[in-house]
Amino acid sequence: MSVLEFCRWVQYSAPLVAMRASPWVFPVIATIHLMGLALIGGAVLIVDLRLLGWGLRGQPVAALAHDAERWLWRGLLVMVSTGILLFMCFATKYYWLTFFWVKMAALILVVAFTVSVRRRVAMARDADASPARCKLVALVSISLWTIVALGGRYIGFP
Amino acid sequence: MELFRFFEWLGNTPWSIALHESRYVFLFVLMLHVLTVSVFVGTAVMIDLRLLGRTMTHVPASQVIARLVPWSEAGFLVMVVTGSLLFYASPLARYENVFFRLKMAALVMALLNAWVFRRTAYRRVADWDLDAVPPRRARVAGALSLALLAFIITTGRMMAYSAYWFG
Repeated sequence: MSVLEFCRWVQYSAPLVAMRASPWVFPVIATIHLMGLALIGGAVLIVDLRLLGWGLRGQPVAALAHDAERWLWRGLLVMVSTGILLFMCFATKYYWLTFFWVKMAALILVVAFTVSVRRRVAMARDADASPARCKLVALVSISLWTIVALGGRYIGFP
Repeated sequence: MELFRFFEWLGNTPWSIALHESRYVFLFVLMLHVLTVSVFVGTAVMIDLRLLGRTMTHVPASQVIARLVPWSEAGFLVMVVTGSLLFYASPLARYENVFFRLKMAALVMALLNAWVFRRTAYRRVADWDLDAVPPRRARVAGALSLALLAFIITTGRMMAYSAYWFG
């Protein structure tokens, strides 16, 4: 089964047909998706702003990163689960949109980056000893998340 | 009917029509409006979570507020500017949209909630600044803020469906 065939199968399966038939299910899921965005935004910014030397400057980065991480994963869980539902609703449409694949690639990249490089840099005891590295990590993080968000907005347009 | 006439007139001004009929500008403004939610609401959510004692409990509450509010305010400014432009693109349609009205009401309540908090519980912040879990008043303000922000996001999103649901 090709990817396209899978998309078609999912999109026209009974639950998804029912989802599209309902006037409110898709809007509610889209709304929760947006709330997840707010949560991820806050959790990511707390740490990235600090890495850039802004926001909660007086606090050790590691502690902030440790606190924010649980909210980052919760936000991500909300966005991914609602995202999967949104995707399944119009799977074949998204299949053909380049920006959807760009978004997915950026998402995978930023999550991988966050759990590896960013975590290591932010949690380092002497993080503040290398401000240039911190700033670079923050910029990569923000840039990648922005691509994910922009991609999301672009595919959301009719 | 004063307001109706005014919005009708506003919607017929050249810039309003240009914005409404634009190919990319309107969509760009809309995109900026929606994505800035991550900054405005995002930082506000982290402040509210601190007020609820659910995050950064080792950081003094006053620090969390003092250092994050400027970012939330900057985000809010962008939301207001982009929001005004979105409104201006179709004043009458927004004005008559029930979700828009609910959204604006909730926004006013959210600002009021913040203002009341500042003048009451926050006045005595020195008392509870270092507490992991702030006193009830602060927690209520935080919870109310989260609820109102969630409602604002919801009604904002639902605005698009007003015509579909209410014909």
